Amino acid sequence: MPFINFSKDEIQCKIVYYGAGFCGKTTNLQYIFSEMTEDVKGKMVSIDTKGDRTLFFDFLSLNLGKIRGFDIRVQLYTVPGQVHYDATRKLVLKGVDGVVFVADSLKVQRKKNIESLINLAKNLAEKGISIRTIPLVIQYNKRDLDGTDSEVLPVGILEKDLNSMLKVPSFSASALKGDGVFETLREISKLVVKDVSRKIMLVDQPLR
Amino acid sequence: MNIIITKEDLEKINFFLNRVVTSSLAQSVLLIDRSGQLIAQYGNTLDIDILSLSALTAANFGATAEIAKILGEEEFTLLFHKGKSENVYFTALGDHVIMVTLFDEKTSLGLIRLRINQIADGLLKILKAIFDGNRELPIQTEGRRQ
Repeated sequence: MPFINFSKDEIQCKIVYYGAGFCGKTTNLQYIFSEMTEDVKGKMVSIDTKGDRTLFFDFLSLNLGKIRGFDIRVQLYTVPGQVHYDATRKLVLKGVDGVVFVADSLKVQRKKNIESLINLAKNLAEKGISIRTIPLVIQYNKRDLDGTDSEVLPVGILEKDLNSMLKVPSFSASALKGDGVFETLREISKLVVKDVSRKIMLVDQPLR
Repeated sequence: MNIIITKEDLEKINFFLNRVVTSSLAQSVLLIDRSGQLIAQYGNTLDIDILSLSALTAANFGATAEIAKILGEEEFTLLFHKGKSENVYFTALGDHVIMVTLFDEKTSLGLIRLRINQIADGLLKILKAIFDGNRELPIQTEGRRQ
């Protein structure tokens, strides 16, 4: 649900990073925060536990520049990944305009990825949103563990598990090292802005 | 669904926010959508990270709504946090909007609440029209300008 403010010529959109516990949602935001310049980012807010598990959400506001004369401001949120925080995830999804689904490439997390994606579809459906139509990007995180002692699933299997039906853009990434983080952000931003700009085109000039 | 706020909407909203700030001696008033998006602000907010405040306010309200449900209430419609010198008062305006009033020791919670109650109906009417999308806006129907 983007906010189009004709008084300030600003559009605010909400992008949510979703995924199972420990998949790297917060790490994505931390990397973005560390790399963006001061003039385009706000403060990063995290509500987490002492063990660094996200309790409620992380929040980061970014200014992505102008489109058709409007300042595009995106607000990035993460959800808590742990299964029993479903009520919190639903709260964070309120008013969502785009989703990044972060999948954990570790073999032991295979089932949890699938469960989390099903949970996303269910929670979106409760808000009257179809996972097939909302701007969505999948990120296969922790690819840097490939070739180490940790058992990592090949991207092909992750694609088959998570993206064979959805067929959305997907990226290999290492949120810790930063690989693929901005590619993911760029793609979801593009999809969301495209979706929103289509809506702007429907609004006539007399409103300005 | 997208929420469109026109200059005219904002002028009307600011008229009411101005009345609250000037008549209650509050420092500032913010209107925030329940998903965490900032709708409008009035008064002195220069030193405040209002985007983070908006996100946290929505979360705070959502969390307390869940507490209310556990206790058999539908929702807590107002919240108040008292600090040493700064205070914040949150009140629900209809189904979509939260009003956040920041104030210090120059005024009191009672006066703030009184002033908000005096303008609540008028403000609610404007917000309802924005969120219900039932205003007569010169918006083209979907598909005309693809």
